[in-house]
Parts: sequence; C-alpha cells; structure tokens
Amino acid sequence: MPKSYADLLREAREQIREVTVQDVADLPPGSAAIVDVREASEWEQGHVPGASHVSKSYIEQQIEGIAPDRDQPVVLYCAGGVRSLFAAQTLTDMGYTDVVSVKGGFQAWKGAGFEFDTPVVLSADQKQRYSRHLLIPEVGSEGQARLLGSKALLIGAGGLGSPAALYLAAAGVGTIGLVDFDVVDVSNLQRQIIHTTDRVGERKVESAKIAINALNPEIKVVAHEEMLVAANVERIIAGYDVILDGTDTFETRYILNDAAVAAGIPVIHASVFRFEGQLTTFVPYEGPCYRCLYPTPPPPELAPGCSVAGVLGVVPGILGLLQTNEALKVLLGIGTTLAGRLLLFDALETEFTELQLRRDPHCPVCSDEAVAARAEGRPLATANVGEDAPFLLTTTGLSGNVSPGARA
Amino acid sequence: MSTVFIPSVLRPNVGGAKSLDIQGGSIRAVVDGLIEQHPNLKGQLLTDDGDLNRFVNVYVNGQDVRYLAGLDTPVASADEVRLLPAMAGGAGV
Repeated sequence: MPKSYADLLREAREQIREVTVQDVADLPPGSAAIVDVREASEWEQGHVPGASHVSKSYIEQQIEGIAPDRDQPVVLYCAGGVRSLFAAQTLTDMGYTDVVSVKGGFQAWKGAGFEFDTPVVLSADQKQRYSRHLLIPEVGSEGQARLLGSKALLIGAGGLGSPAALYLAAAGVGTIGLVDFDVVDVSNLQRQIIHTTDRVGERKVESAKIAINALNPEIKVVAHEEMLVAANVERIIAGYDVILDGTDTFETRYILNDAAVAAGIPVIHASVFRFEGQLTTFVPYEGPCYRCLYPTPPPPELAPGCSVAGVLGVVPGILGLLQTNEALKVLLGIGTTLAGRLLLFDALETEFTELQLRRDPHCPVCSDEAVAARAEGRPLATANVGEDAPFLLTTTGLSGNVSPGARA
Repeated sequence: MSTVFIPSVLRPNVGGAKSLDIQGGSIRAVVDGLIEQHPNLKGQLLTDDGDLNRFVNVYVNGQDVRYLAGLDTPVASADEVRLLPAMAGGAGV
C-alpha cells in the first residue's frame, strides 16, 4: 500500500526516540557519537561542537567509520529534526541499538543559545588539490584545515629534509620552516632530491623554497639561514607545532632536544649511516627525549657523518618519509606515534626492528624533577649528566632559560 | 648461545660480522665473551671502571638494559642482544 510522507514520518516518530537539544548539551563528552546528517553546505555554516559530519545520503556507507560499535550511543541531528529521524531508522535497520534523533535539530540548538563551531571552509582549489585527503575520514576537511594552519620546522634541508619538505608541502602543511646555512653541492644530489643540478651553488633554503612552491604555491616557506646554536634555538623553534630533526651533528641535536622539551614541541628524530637508519618521535613528557635515549654523544670514531662514511641515497629518503608520516600524525592528532619506540631500518636486509625506549627518571631535561625545576625557575640538576657530556653548557633546557647574553 | 647484533660502526672491530653467537648468562658475561673474542671492542663498550659506556645502548629482546639490571641483566639462550650507538648522520652535507 502506498505511503505518504506523513505516514513515513509518523512511523519514524513511533520507532525512534527523540531527545531535546538540552539532552545533547548535557551529554558527558565522548559518551555518544553525535552525527550531523545535513548537507556539507549546511555543516559549513556551523555545527554542534564535537559532532561528525555524514550527510544523510552517505549515512549507510560512512557510519561505520564513525561508530564501528553497533551498541554505541549515536545521536543524529539535522536542520529541523526530520532527516535525522529517517537516518536513525536506517541505522536501526543496520543493527544500531541506541540511536536517537534531536528534536528541532540544529535550528533548535542555535535557538537555545548553545555554542556552535564553524568549520574552516576550504576553497574550491583546495578541495580539488587535497581531495584524496578529504576522502579519508581521519583527515577530512577538518584535518586538512588543521594541516593548512600547521607549522613544521625542518632542521636541515638535506637528505632527510628533502623528502620531508616535499611531502609536507604536498600534504598542505601551511608553513614550513627550513634551518640550513649550506649551499647546494653537486655531491648532495645523490639523495637531496629537493635540489637540482641547475641550482648547484645556490643557498639550500632558497633552492628548497623554489621546489616547495613549485609543488604547492600556497605553502609559506620560512628560511632560517643560520646554524642552530644555543643562542638562537629558542627564537627559531618558537611557534612551530612539530620539528623534524635532520641534523648531522650531536651538538645541534642536544641543543634542539633541550630547547624543544622546554618549549613542549615534539621532535621527530632520524639519523642514517650507510645502509641503516634510526627513527623515533620525542613527545615531551609523554615519552623519552633524546637525552634519555643517548645520555652522552659517542666519540667521533663511533659516529662518523655521511660525508665521511657515506650513505645509500634512498636510506635518508625512506627515513625522511617515515619522519613525515610521524609529523602528519602529530599534527592531525591521529594514530600512534613512535613515542617510546626506536625504529631501526636496515636497507641491505630490508628489515625493520623495533626497540622499546623509556623516559629516564633521572633525565636532566625531561624528568619530573626537571619539569618541576623549570616550572619554579630553579636550575636543573646536572649531576647525572656526567662530565663527559661536552654539550652541557650549551643546553637551553638545562638552565631552563637562555642567559640574556646568549640570546641572539 | 645468544645472538649479539653488531652495529655497522663496530663491525670493523669484529671482522665485519653482522651478528655473533656468544655464550653467557648475563649481559656482563656476554660483553666479556665479546671482548675476549675481539679485544679492541673493550674501549668502545666499557668504561675504565668496567661499566657500560653511556654512548652505547645495549638491548635484550628490544629492552634497554639500563632499565633492567644493567650488566647484571640475565640473558637466556636464544635471546637477542643488540648494541646500538647513536648515529650522527642526517645526510645533510
């Protein structure tokens, strides 16, 4: 027997429980999946904070990405409370056991004076450029907007920094800072793919900028054409959301570590040697820092640089991309980073090995005691650092402050 | 017999071997066994006082022995011991 719209609506109301906007506002955070089933153009005008967006026409295809558990509470809303009722019926048919629809929808929400979020709206060009990101639920337009608003700092526009800079630019990380004071040498081109033969002799930061903006003109490139030292580290890293460490000296690495811990900025660390690489993510206070992993640098004969020992060109390429993957996860707040894990790569065997890392409870820079000392403006305890640590006096984090004379 | 993985930079000290099978019930015994076979590793692995050098990390089955029992960490046969010094290279220059 044919049914009218009124019949369908009555049936839906009988079947689906409706809640008020006050009920939604009272929900403890994270206790239910709140799903906005309106069209994208309506969502862009504003939505309930914390809600996910799946337009009603895609609800069957996409709901499992948001609510994989059929018994999880799901709250659906639309503009006025009708489309969400029908969408709730669909979810009930799919086996969801706790689906409700918001009476009066978003209009009632706004009418009651509750706060709402207005998402960043990507331009038509951006929607096209980043379309493969937008299709991934874990990224979507919100994640893409987050990347566009993010700032990543690369220490070194070399073997690790080359692929990292290109892929960060391609991914739409809005600001890329490059710290490098070197010029492009023809011997760099075996692995430093951001540079080109016709740019040999040019400053690396300028050469990298050309490549980044050729790939993605909307990326802002900040060139820091200077050597990272204790006197400028605080200034250079300020304001960045994530740092990719592609340095080749221990001194720079310790200086960077200590300053980044003090500033609370995650550092994605990688280093390479011939056919091998090491990679981890240092998230201040969540996992260990570089000093926890290596309390003191090795003597030079145990850690020759690439210019002495050589490196297979793809090794920094692979490690640089793994760094970029970590950086994107940190920026998007998704997945599990390598915090607390050291990944070893052996290109000859094509083998990855994972080692567990721990925070050193006596770490001079990131231990609880160091955190407390920094908060109280006390000098950090250095007794545990050891007299053989040559970079003790250059570390920002150790004193908690850079002395006025050291500021650049 | 536990397998000790030798990092690239130390391989010239052990005739190029990537790994060595060493007998020993503790890290101390394994390190002593290594040094007995390859005496020039001593300065790389141990301090003058006989402690592990702080610039070489030693892992047993993926766990850093500094957070276990250091040189007294027990090692069972079939365990994997890995020596790991920090690497310098960022492939920058």
